[in-house]
Amino acid sequence: MLLRSPHLASEETPPFELKGSLFTLTVLHLFQMDRAAIERHLVEKVKQAPSFFNNTPVVIDLEEMTDSPEGLDFNGLYELLRTHGMVPVGMRNGTPIQQAAARLAGLPALPESRANGGAKKPDKTEPASHSRIVNHPVRSGQQIYAPEGDLIVLGAVSAGAEVIADGNIHIYGVLRGRALAGVRGDAETRIFCQSLEAELVSIAGHYRISEQFDSADRGKAAQIHLMENRLVIEHLTR
Amino acid sequence: MATVIVVTSGKGGVGKTTTSASFATGLAQRGYRTVVIDFDVGLRNLDLIMGCERRVVYDFVNVINNEANLNQSLIRDKRVENLYILPASQTRDKDALTKEGVERILTELKQGFDYIVCDSPAGIERGALMALYFADEALVVTNPEVSSVRDSDRILGILASRSRRAEQGENPVKEHLVLARYAPERADRGDMLSVDDVLEILGIPLLGVIPESSTVLQSSNAGVPVILEDSSEAGAAYNDLVDRFLGKALPHRFTSIQKKGFLKRLFGGG
Ligand SMILES: Nc1ncnc2c1ncn2[C@@H]1O[C@H](COP(=O)(O)OP(=O)(O)OP(=O)(O)O)[C@@H](O)[C@H]1O
Ligand SMILES: [Mg+2]
Repeated sequence: MLLRSPHLASEETPPFELKGSLFTLTVLHLFQMDRAAIERHLVEKVKQAPSFFNNTPVVIDLEEMTDSPEGLDFNGLYELLRTHGMVPVGMRNGTPIQQAAARLAGLPALPESRANGGAKKPDKTEPASHSRIVNHPVRSGQQIYAPEGDLIVLGAVSAGAEVIADGNIHIYGVLRGRALAGVRGDAETRIFCQSLEAELVSIAGHYRISEQFDSADRGKAAQIHLMENRLVIEHLTR
Repeated sequence: MATVIVVTSGKGGVGKTTTSASFATGLAQRGYRTVVIDFDVGLRNLDLIMGCERRVVYDFVNVINNEANLNQSLIRDKRVENLYILPASQTRDKDALTKEGVERILTELKQGFDYIVCDSPAGIERGALMALYFADEALVVTNPEVSSVRDSDRILGILASRSRRAEQGENPVKEHLVLARYAPERADRGDMLSVDDVLEILGIPLLGVIPESSTVLQSSNAGVPVILEDSSEAGAAYNDLVDRFLGKALPHRFTSIQKKGFLKRLFGGG
């Protein structure tokens, strides 16, 4: 076989390549090395979410250990986790002696978590945006405005209802009423809906009424945006 | 704890009072202590449909104005046990209904009843707003036509934003759709909206479909709630509706065209 594929053996194409990559891994924060207690807790966790414990890679973190025995039995811990569906792939934090013990059990030490003297989290979290989420249908006669941001409607917008935003408008339902995006002039804003049956749509003051819709657009999942000052209706396809 | 149910629609003449009368009668027949209140001040006709118009002494507004107490104004139904009617006044205007007054009366009624059914006037003015303000549940009555559905949609928006439950941030008013005056053959021809059309627009659970039936007019002229005419289709539909409200899972009837059987053709019926 190898002979018949000379490329494999050639210098330009080595059998592998190393590249950096980021993974999201589950971290098991160990508080104490009480084998029986760990096992009891594991059994309970597995019962709650059996599908989660299916050869799930985990990193063991020793930062929050309350008792710090130097001679942690990493081999035992490794076996214990394996029998309950987890595959330890490394450890982090812990004393140099603990790290050495882990290495002997085949668990490399990973860089310490950033919480250790790293960048501190800001005390208060600012909202990432000024989106307004409406999780009910917007009925005839109702008007909803999202100033300075997007409007997201989880439901239909009825005929005779009006949804307005300075930003984009997303409607996870049928749009039968009026939708006006970018009402303060932002021409980059868009309207998205799951079914277009609107009375009127408008982006930054450029509007179109129901009568002017192409019948091919009616009832379609659509996005509406401006292109060279003209309203464009595009079907959303999956 | 008593449950307050408003029967409302937005549009006029769609069958609110017919539904209130039959619904309240059905609940009482099944053993629940029930009172039905006419909120249509100035245009009373619940007492006519219930056949008790000649026994009205005091009315809802009298009680609100402390001119009479509840015991003096509640009319006991002669046919069905556990059923009481609180009639509206023919002579006053709708401003007589105050939020405080209505609340006081509902609080008092809650002591003695399981269900309080509020027959709302048409429109979205004061009378209609007072009828729905204290509701726990709502029967939204709609006819299968675009304007009626639009008005019901409007009322659903008001229930979701201006009821006491909405204002206090409590669980929302529970919504039920009653599709009245339904004629399957006309829906089939496309002359009126179909059950599915209406459900798609309003998006609330269907409690019952009441067929268009001449028995309704006959029985209301006779002062008998049509639910008591159990051999009629409309009466049967209202009986199903009440059972469904109380939790029975019954399939919807009278929603598709029925081939008339031999006996039916011979003797008519509808
Ligand atoms: N299922 C039905 N079949 C035929 N006629 C009906 C039906 N339901 C109601 N009607 C008729 O429609 C008319 C209006 O009914 P009803 O008074 O119950 O409506 P409403 O909504 O209370 O009206 P309003 O808004 O004036 O209070 C009456 O003449 C009644 O007989
Ligand atoms: Mg009425």
